[in-house]
Amino acid sequence: MQHAELTSEAQQGTEMHMRILVIEDDREAASWLVKGLRESGHIVDLATEGLQGLTMALEGVHDVCIIDRMLPLMDGLTVIQKMRASDLKTPVLILSALTDVDERVKGLRAGGDDYLAKPYAFAELLARVEGLGSRKLLDPKDAKLRALDLEIDLMTRTVTRGGKPIVLQPREFKLLEYLVRNAGHIVTRTMLLEKVWDYHFDPQTNVIDVHVSRLRAKLDKGFSEQLLQTVRGAGYMIRAR
Amino acid sequence: MPVNSSIFQTSTFRLAAIYLLVFVISAGAILGYVYYTTVGLLERQTEDTIHAEVVGLADQYRLLGVAGLAETVHRRSTETDGAIYLLEGPGQTFVAGNLDAMPLGVTQNQTWVDFPITVGKAPATVQHTAHGFQVELANGYDLLVGRDVNALRQFREVIREALLWAVGMSLVIGLGGGYLMSRNFLRRVDAITGATRVIMAGDLSGRMPVAGSNDELDRLSGSLNDMLSQIERLMNGMKEVSSNVAHDLKTPLTRMRARIEAALRQDSVQEYKTALSQTIDECDHLLRTFNALLSIAQAESGQMRQSLQPLDLNDTLTDVVELYEPLVEDAGGSLKLESNVGLNIRGDRQLIAQVLNNLIDNAMKYGESEAGKGAEIRVRGLIEGENVVVEVSDYGGGIGENDRAHVLNRFVRLDESRSKPGNGLGLSLVASVMTLHSGQLQLEDNKPGLRAVLRLPIYRQAS
Repeated sequence: MQHAELTSEAQQGTEMHMRILVIEDDREAASWLVKGLRESGHIVDLATEGLQGLTMALEGVHDVCIIDRMLPLMDGLTVIQKMRASDLKTPVLILSALTDVDERVKGLRAGGDDYLAKPYAFAELLARVEGLGSRKLLDPKDAKLRALDLEIDLMTRTVTRGGKPIVLQPREFKLLEYLVRNAGHIVTRTMLLEKVWDYHFDPQTNVIDVHVSRLRAKLDKGFSEQLLQTVRGAGYMIRAR
Repeated sequence: MPVNSSIFQTSTFRLAAIYLLVFVISAGAILGYVYYTTVGLLERQTEDTIHAEVVGLADQYRLLGVAGLAETVHRRSTETDGAIYLLEGPGQTFVAGNLDAMPLGVTQNQTWVDFPITVGKAPATVQHTAHGFQVELANGYDLLVGRDVNALRQFREVIREALLWAVGMSLVIGLGGGYLMSRNFLRRVDAITGATRVIMAGDLSGRMPVAGSNDELDRLSGSLNDMLSQIERLMNGMKEVSSNVAHDLKTPLTRMRARIEAALRQDSVQEYKTALSQTIDECDHLLRTFNALLSIAQAESGQMRQSLQPLDLNDTLTDVVELYEPLVEDAGGSLKLESNVGLNIRGDRQLIAQVLNNLIDNAMKYGESEAGKGAEIRVRGLIEGENVVVEVSDYGGGIGENDRAHVLNRFVRLDESRSKPGNGLGLSLVASVMTLHSGQLQLEDNKPGLRAVLRLPIYRQAS
């Protein structure tokens, strides 16, 4: 049931319109991907082989690139390496059917920013793409993150909501920090397991949900407005405004 | 291709032939030496004697003239046993000696000659062979000095015959023996070849014949048989896995197909949506099964062995227990960790975490002492000798002793667990990851409950 309303609900989190370059040689997979991204309000360019993809990426007009690992004419990893060699910093999400544990490391080493194994749920891909597109470099002088009335001080590692301090375990702090950094965007369970715990396997249980609901209990205790929302069929989101 | 190849092509026969050749050559050399030192020596002594006499007689001729020489020749002819003399004057006239005429073949001055002589008094005469030397003296005189060499020739014949017999016999015996040896060897090799053909034809239960003599062929057959047993075991495992995979795919695919078909018969958007979202769930389940199978295959291939990094297992245990604690507690159970720093191993953090994930997940599912109460799970990390040991224990129903090896196989789900979610690959992955880490997984009785014990070789940093 949870997938039925997936697209429309996932779109709730989208408040941005990005220009996305998709480099994918499987035309059918690419057309579904492009369709989904366009329905989510983004502008999408498509390249079906590596050389053309690199040329388009080097125009430097895209907010995010989605690059398949294996491409005709030029391999996906080579495309990324050449992009990075040309000092192009566009965030890259690597798609790959290769499941080897080493593959992720290779992809990230080549200059990719995130890695998603095929087959994937579209909601997962969308969350990651939007997460990449909204990445802002934190001003080191302002070591504070804010979302609504929540404030995180990264220096003292303290959290307050409406001026009221909230005591968190170190892992809860890390979890909250990641959610707030992606405020306004959906974050999936897999993303949380990867970025907060650094585990890249499928736990096949709802371990993450329990952690999130514990964090939510601490954040929302005594407040009527729910800060940490569950997006059905997709993941979680902290409201930015 | 005939199974019975030629005996003469066997290595045993070639070896026998080479040995035979060496033997014949050395026997020939020895006999040749004997011949040279016996017959040869006697012949040379005879010739030396004859030569010395010729020289002496020639001197006498120069000093005493024909008359003196004739007298000496005549005397010696009668005195010396077995000696032959002939002095001829010009025109081949007989002057003195015990030979009637110059034998045929003497045409040149100073030549050695073999000639027949008649020995004994008539009528009891025998033909003997003599060996002599002929010189032309001054004034047309010819002198022949010889010896009866019949005994010597006979001796030479005996020796020569012995030599031929020795070589001939050793050739016959050697070739015959080589043939028999090769035939025996070839028969056993043919038996092995026959056995391999049976196996190649698809009967993996076939084995190489073992003669029981524990010779090199038996040892070869023995290790081939060990290899075949291992291959048969792996093949059976593969067969089981593929049929299990097929079965495990068929069931959800059948469900999916039936559901979609049923939905298509309806005419309601809600029905479609329900069927499609259930199909996605089913697909996800299938994909998880595939991913688990791929992870197992990857761990079993051992390719990742080089990428194992030194790590303190205590960190991973702490991480994973922290990750799971809320989930276990929410289910009404408890998750306790007893561990200390310094559980150093060489390992892959992701795989080890997944192993712990699987074990804790199992303990949650099957480790409840009472249904609905939640499982009490204890995780321990310790050092035992040269091993880092991790125990995940629960107080649930445990696994019967007979099933403990069985549950490590892929897709095996005990009857009690069929109602719970899972794909029967969890413990298989644990076992294969342990193999990758040169460690092992043991399932023990926790009395009550199950204790899964991981043993990994400790890693000591080279200092």
